[in-house]
Amino acid sequence: MGGFFKSSIGRKVAMALSAFFLMFFLLQHLAINLLSVFNPDTFNEVSHFMGTNPVVQFALQPVLIFAVVFHFVMGFILDIKNRKANGGGYVKNNGAANSTWFSRNMIISGITILAFIVLHFIDFWFPELNVKYIQGDMSGMLPGETEFRYHEELVHKFAHPARVVAYVVAFVFLGLHLAHGFTSAFQSVGAAALRKKLNTVGNAYAILVPLGFIVIAIYHYFNH
Amino acid sequence: MNLTLKIWRQKDSSSKGQMVDYKVTEISEHMSFLEMMDVLNEQLVNSGEEPVAFDHDCREGICGMCSMYINGEAHGPDRGVTTCQLHMRMFKDGDTITIEPFRAAAFPVIKDLVVDRMAFERIQQAGGYISVNTSGNTQDANSIPISKHAADEAMDAATCIGCGACVATCKNSSAMLFVGAKVSQYALLPQGQVEAADRVKNMVAQMDLEGFGNCTNTGACEVECPKGISLDNIARMNRELMKANI
Repeated sequence: MGGFFKSSIGRKVAMALSAFFLMFFLLQHLAINLLSVFNPDTFNEVSHFMGTNPVVQFALQPVLIFAVVFHFVMGFILDIKNRKANGGGYVKNNGAANSTWFSRNMIISGITILAFIVLHFIDFWFPELNVKYIQGDMSGMLPGETEFRYHEELVHKFAHPARVVAYVVAFVFLGLHLAHGFTSAFQSVGAAALRKKLNTVGNAYAILVPLGFIVIAIYHYFNH
Repeated sequence: MNLTLKIWRQKDSSSKGQMVDYKVTEISEHMSFLEMMDVLNEQLVNSGEEPVAFDHDCREGICGMCSMYINGEAHGPDRGVTTCQLHMRMFKDGDTITIEPFRAAAFPVIKDLVVDRMAFERIQQAGGYISVNTSGNTQDANSIPISKHAADEAMDAATCIGCGACVATCKNSSAMLFVGAKVSQYALLPQGQVEAADRVKNMVAQMDLEGFGNCTNTGACEVECPKGISLDNIARMNRELMKANI
């Protein structure tokens, strides 16, 4: 089986498996974030659970980190190999005649998403690690208060228009990445029939999930 | 019609090539693209110039030799055709047409528009066959029951002529549509089962060794394939390789 994952097809399959996991993660992330709009108290409770539960923190989170790192590293490795396989390019190439822009430029949408993840980590994940594991405050409370800090922190972040614009742009590129990536993952694992059946589901996912995140960012900007 | 042709000229595999402009006049819209190239070459020979080297053989769409990248597409702007089946009626009087060889690291240019596609032959040699006893007591293939659906799908895969348009079109120069078709045509039939695992492993290993890129499922190859080979064949190859490794 080790030889399989060294082959070109094995690497495609591995990319697809990490993509399935990340697409599932996006759904649960969106579901929790939507709570920040509809029910801030529940959002706080779920955030506290996710941030302090040992299974989530020390079993699921490492898997997520591995999937994210793997997807990016393998994406770059495959892109470099593919560029090398290309014979230097054409003087005239009409790519639009046979494929979509977003399917040909997954690396561009991918790099945009990577830049967003760096921003997102600086905004939320690194401060969270600092509070919990460096300062040792696992209470999840605002300093000197008896209220959870999660909703307050989220709303505070989206008060800045530049951050909202950056998030919206990143989510548009996430949508473009998913518009090809969703069905592409099924094709890579050999599920060609599912790829065709799930075409509409894939398009809906690629539009609705990023749109959900965009709505949340804009909602908090106007309601902070 | 009168046309301006921008053609890739390259003396040999070690030389650096470049685009050269040519004018051709009084081209009939009923000509095939290769006949138009014949007119140009006659013109070049008459004026003492080196004719443009290009591959061609059957001129009826089955040999897969006429590899040309025309106006940014393998075999030109028409669908489901090779270059010999592309007619000049697809172009307008006064057009400028860009003609390049198929580009891929695994398809080095030999001269002008001629590329070396022996990599495909080596992939075929790695497993694109079935071992049949031909000592005189060969069983009639028709005595083995095969469903109509499987036979049709195998036949569809077998229509691949190995022209390399898939590789030329793919931004990654991936050969997976070709290899997928060759794996599928046997994977779907009982005669192909005995060597199925070794076939797919060896053909994919050779494909990787030749330096073809990875498929990223853009679907461009399927659109440009002159024989309409479906992406389903790539998915089947992926399944076959997974099955062979489990």
